[in-house]
Amino acid sequence: MQNNSADFKRQVTIKLADVRLQEALSHLQTRFVEGRSAVIGEIHDLQKTRNAAAEIRDRVLNDLEHWLLYFEQQATKRGAIVHWAETGADVNRIVAEIAVGHGVRSAVKSKSMVSEECGLNEALERAGVEVMETDLGEYILQIAHEAPSHIVAPVVHKNKEEISDLFAKTHRLPRKTGIAELCREAREILRPAFLNADMGISGANFLIAETGSTLIVTNEGNGRLVTTLPRVHVAITGIEKVVPTLEDASTLLRLLPRSATGQSITNYVSVLTGTKDKNDHEGPEHFHIILLDNGRSRLLGGEMQDMLRCIRCGACMNHCPVYQNIGGHAYGWVYPGPMGSILTPLLGGMENAPDLPNASTLCGACAVVCPVKIPLPDLLRKLREKQMQLGMKSRQETLLLRAWAWLALHPGIYGMTTGIAVRLMRLLGGEKKLLHSLPGARGWSGGRDFPAPQGMTFRELYRQGKRL
Amino acid sequence: MRVGLFVTCLVDAMRPRIGFAAIELLEAADCEVIVPDRQTCCGQPGYNSGDRKSAQALALKFLDEFESFDYVVLPSGSCAGMIRVHYPDLFKDDPALLARFIALGSRTFELTDFLHNVAKLKKIPGNFKGKLTYHDSCSGLRELDVYQQPRALLACMPEVSLQEMGESTACCGFGGTFSVKYGELSTRMADNKCRHITDSHAGTVTGGDLGCLLNIEGRLRRNGDHTTRVLHIAQILADKEA
Repeated sequence: MQNNSADFKRQVTIKLADVRLQEALSHLQTRFVEGRSAVIGEIHDLQKTRNAAAEIRDRVLNDLEHWLLYFEQQATKRGAIVHWAETGADVNRIVAEIAVGHGVRSAVKSKSMVSEECGLNEALERAGVEVMETDLGEYILQIAHEAPSHIVAPVVHKNKEEISDLFAKTHRLPRKTGIAELCREAREILRPAFLNADMGISGANFLIAETGSTLIVTNEGNGRLVTTLPRVHVAITGIEKVVPTLEDASTLLRLLPRSATGQSITNYVSVLTGTKDKNDHEGPEHFHIILLDNGRSRLLGGEMQDMLRCIRCGACMNHCPVYQNIGGHAYGWVYPGPMGSILTPLLGGMENAPDLPNASTLCGACAVVCPVKIPLPDLLRKLREKQMQLGMKSRQETLLLRAWAWLALHPGIYGMTTGIAVRLMRLLGGEKKLLHSLPGARGWSGGRDFPAPQGMTFRELYRQGKRL
Repeated sequence: MRVGLFVTCLVDAMRPRIGFAAIELLEAADCEVIVPDRQTCCGQPGYNSGDRKSAQALALKFLDEFESFDYVVLPSGSCAGMIRVHYPDLFKDDPALLARFIALGSRTFELTDFLHNVAKLKKIPGNFKGKLTYHDSCSGLRELDVYQQPRALLACMPEVSLQEMGESTACCGFGGTFSVKYGELSTRMADNKCRHITDSHAGTVTGGDLGCLLNIEGRLRRNGDHTTRVLHIAQILADKEA
């Protein structure tokens, strides 16, 4: 997927003014924030469980090569073929080769954010394979020619009316307005596609090393059809998704749906192991697992490694006051919100996403809810430090920061300067004691009137023995 | 006990009254209050903007000026968080300094946290009368667990009626330089906060961090609200409202 993160600032202005988007985003609070809060307490030892989950992820990441090779060995033993992809283009090439090799003309796909990283659908269509998204949200986006704006609820930026219009126009059927009717219509379109597809493409929430399985959590049942009906199943995911055992996966599963959608468990948890046996009634004849690096291995052993613990629940964006106000498209790539503001510059290049690490108040709401305890604000701050080292900060900002630090290290001159500044501000504040414009901080005063200071600094008053 | 008071750069320049309120409160809690004269800024603006070096220099300055006190108190959750949580991070590769910063951090408190949990102040000098609503600033809340402390202190004031606003723990949109760099976005977040404040019908909003309070007051005034009072919690507790 093309990276438009550099356009962030302009997108913010557009998104803040988009009335329909703002209305759609207003449901995040009830649906996801309150949803999570209603069920997370079911885990009696939540902090211990979070610690255990983080420990599982760390254990894997500290020895990723071992766990990946172990996974490959176990998956291969059960008939799957594991492919290693360094870039998104490699994934596309491998999937196209598999399609050609098996004479695939049509494919059905369940949700996979990694496939969005690669731009897989476009690549497959160029290779002559017809691809249909079968997750309802992803299907809507496919026919609307839009990108997901959330990693769990990809269509959260759209309202029901837009979808009614879209279905009526695309399906050339009478316009439906009820959610159940719309779902039925989508189901009728999708069902023949499932039955006719030669290939099913899925993601994987976890890779289970001990059994060589891929695990997916879904709510619509489409994941199960995609992975079992077509004769070829291709699972695509990132190399970091491996966990040692089914037991470890079940620890993470206590946290994932609760953090993501406020569900104690998803409607479906599918553990997909090996190819169809001669005694099996269902399952693919060919099972390919493609593991994508795309910059992830560069983070191993470094100060950003914690980001690879991420299990893609979306809780950080649901609870982020920035995401809540602008939605996911403004971030410009596959992953939005706090996790996206870290992953996008790390995977797609610091220079291509200069705003994302800075577009956060570091309020910490994300870190509190992260099921695997990723210190998201700390990682954002580290990226800001990297920007400083790389000379990516504007001259003005660097100068201001240096000047402030120099002043603060020289208390005498600092006192004089602040003394003059507050007197000036007091004067400019006038009778109403409000400053309508702050030179050098117009971003602040664009939407606010600065309450004027009292006119003398605390240090001056205190030194003179005055007490207010 | 000897308490070193760091008033913070914002209070020093913009609202000296809050500094004096903090002194009064600490004295009411039987503390000997010392205000080191050379204090300036804790280094947070640089730290959060990626300028680690300047933050380290200011952390060393702070250590030099405040290490000798029994306790260090700040009328700000974000500056107290800087000292307790982030100074150690700045010196994680220097074991000797790290140990000193951890020790300093363990004696450093946000004002209401100190008054309630350490000094156990029960008799509040202020005599604020009426309704108010409390905004939980992010760093104090999430880095230092300051939530119940200001409420417990307010509960000791018989004439105060706390009217909780909706989403009191949501960020007000300040975020230091964030509010300058992403003014529009920051303003929208401030708007959401102001709406909850107005809807609480308290008429007065208080909180523990001046940066957030100036942000909130600035947005209220720009929106034409000249009546809602915006006061630091120290002003309420010490009766220094004007």
